[in-house]
Amino acid sequence: MKKDIILAGVGGQGILSIAAVIGMAALDSGLQLKQAEVHGMSQRGGDVHSNLRISDREIFSDLIPFGKADLIISVEPMESLRYLPWLSKSGWLISNNVPHVNIPGYPELASIESAIHAVGQHVLINADEIAKDLGMPRSANMVILGAASPWLGIDFSTLESAVRKIFGSKGADVVNQNLMALTAGKEFAMAHHS
Amino acid sequence: MEKLLLLGDEAIAQSAIDAGLSGIYAYPGTPSTEILEYVHRSKEAKENKIRASWSVNEKTAMEAALGMSYAGKRAMVCMKHVGLNVAADAFINSAITGANGGLIVVAADDPSMHSSQNEQDSRFYGKFAMIPVLEPTNQQEAYDMVRAGFLLSEKYGIPVLLRITTRLAHSRSGIIRREPLPQNEVHLPGNPKQFILLPANARRQYKSLLRNQVLFEEESESSDFNQYREGKDKSLGVITCGIAYNYLFENFQDREFPYPLLKIGQYPVPRKMIEKLYSECNTILILEEGYPILEELLRGLLDDGKKIKGRMDGTVPRDGELNPNIVARAFGLDEDYGFDVPGLVKSRPPSLCKGCPHIYSYNALNEALNLYSKGRVFSDIGCYTLGALEPYGAINTCVDMGASITMAKGAADAGYVPAVAVIGDSTFTHSGMTGLLDAINDKSPVTVMILDNATTAMTGGQKSSATGRLEDICLGLGVEKEHIHILNPSPKNHEENLKIIEQEINYPGVSVIIPRRECIQTVARRLRDEKKEKQKQEVIE
Repeated sequence: MKKDIILAGVGGQGILSIAAVIGMAALDSGLQLKQAEVHGMSQRGGDVHSNLRISDREIFSDLIPFGKADLIISVEPMESLRYLPWLSKSGWLISNNVPHVNIPGYPELASIESAIHAVGQHVLINADEIAKDLGMPRSANMVILGAASPWLGIDFSTLESAVRKIFGSKGADVVNQNLMALTAGKEFAMAHHS
Repeated sequence: MEKLLLLGDEAIAQSAIDAGLSGIYAYPGTPSTEILEYVHRSKEAKENKIRASWSVNEKTAMEAALGMSYAGKRAMVCMKHVGLNVAADAFINSAITGANGGLIVVAADDPSMHSSQNEQDSRFYGKFAMIPVLEPTNQQEAYDMVRAGFLLSEKYGIPVLLRITTRLAHSRSGIIRREPLPQNEVHLPGNPKQFILLPANARRQYKSLLRNQVLFEEESESSDFNQYREGKDKSLGVITCGIAYNYLFENFQDREFPYPLLKIGQYPVPRKMIEKLYSECNTILILEEGYPILEELLRGLLDDGKKIKGRMDGTVPRDGELNPNIVARAFGLDEDYGFDVPGLVKSRPPSLCKGCPHIYSYNALNEALNLYSKGRVFSDIGCYTLGALEPYGAINTCVDMGASITMAKGAADAGYVPAVAVIGDSTFTHSGMTGLLDAINDKSPVTVMILDNATTAMTGGQKSSATGRLEDICLGLGVEKEHIHILNPSPKNHEENLKIIEQEINYPGVSVIIPRRECIQTVARRLRDEKKEKQKQEVIE
């Protein structure tokens, strides 16, 4: 078992909360893990990404080579495209379709979406709306993780228990909200993937 | 023992706690910041009364760590690579005094300059100071090296440099802890004169450092961190330093690696191991994360030996960090490739946060300087350096910590007036105060804006050294009271702020303007924490 995952987004969007859940679930599954993060200047609204590698044998590089990522999980649509050189030809691209516009000349969403469609295997999800409909707008990242869950190679129940551990200190309500968000994302992906 | 999932930085911190650390000193700087932060947060560290808070700059941190070592206890000092420039005086001389309690200097280099002004390689400093250098391959080795480093430091009474780079610092991996060691008791150095670097003593100490070089090299030859791996195909011999090893085996995990290999993690370079590789193989490939230090050594000035491949002949790019693809190319291996990035993808540089106080300081400053020709704003290192980007285009220099005030002074001395310095509160206490004194002593016509957001923002909101005391410091240094102004940088104060800046720009002496408003990131965090605390209280009640 080996999954190479690129998490993408904009500094401040909290992609590391997704990484934390996958990381916890990977450890609970007895897998090895390496997760390279971006700290420092880019966190101020610049493009950020994390290379997350999980495997049942030794992982050498902290960075994923070109063409080897099994998954790109992005909380922002344009950012999902920035890492395409790393995506495997048989990989999946899972992206939120809600743009974060903090630069001039941000492209039309329609053209971003058609570029994502051109990639082939993908799930494009309005995680913000799904999270809002569930009454928990701050759980959009867990919706996106749920949408990626069918391709993670980790049992869904293991992901759920990782959510319980990670959000446990914030109380039962927050845990349940995030679990619901995770399930909603998964259901959307199963019904709407390419 | 327990397994933890830690960043490389955190593994270093945890290991220091487990190795009997008594104090850690640092100034925040990417990618080193999380080392001290981890110790600061650690319950164990608190229970064991390990000293862990921020210093004013890397030099004061280095000196305090040396003082703790003098007193017999184990100390660590951490900084980013350019921080070692600031600490260099103390650092180089600490190799002459030697250490008493174990002393580890951690320098976190930033090849590819993700968050830095250069990509200098701290291994040079290790060689310059003539002390042992450790360079881990992965997070577990980083953990193991801290313990080994303290023991090595105490065995020879010498500071040890631990050199890491961004990818190791900021990548998480599983760490197996080892049994904790107790802290040292206070005890003075065996030689009462070794820390008095009067020339007569310094000469003796220096000779002893020179004599130890042979022993340091022997340590490297027998170190577990340096490994020789035999290989059948002697057409090539490979040397990896630090994390280059990972990128090599990323490419060879599913195929046999046929060449002899020397993996280096401890310096001075193990000469005998290199001799063996060099004599066995026809060509040598050197993979180093950083400058081609070993490559230059091996080539020599005349480069008239065997063929050497690396950064200097273009086998590997001369600048920037390594990655698995660069190493694949060095071996002529096939690479995969995903899909091209569509042309519509725009670059997204970092920017000042929405509502950031610096925005309003720059809006007022830009307007005040409209009357004058361009190029008058000397800035510094911090979030406000992002004022260089559009739409602000507000600053003209960013060189090193504190250079804003002194460069503005130099330009003013040259007759380029008005000259404005823009510096953050934490950078001001780091290295701005001394430069301000220079300007005051010369009555230089400079306007210094200290953008006071009450934190060290760029590195994540660490405590700033003189919050609430900046105007007192300026007064104490000798800035005239009527030329010190505190502003509130917000849109509704724009006109008033503009007037004050215009007025002080016209004053032919030193003036200090302090736009003061807390960083919106730390405000948000503080409010969150307060809310959490309140909820906790309610539960208790």
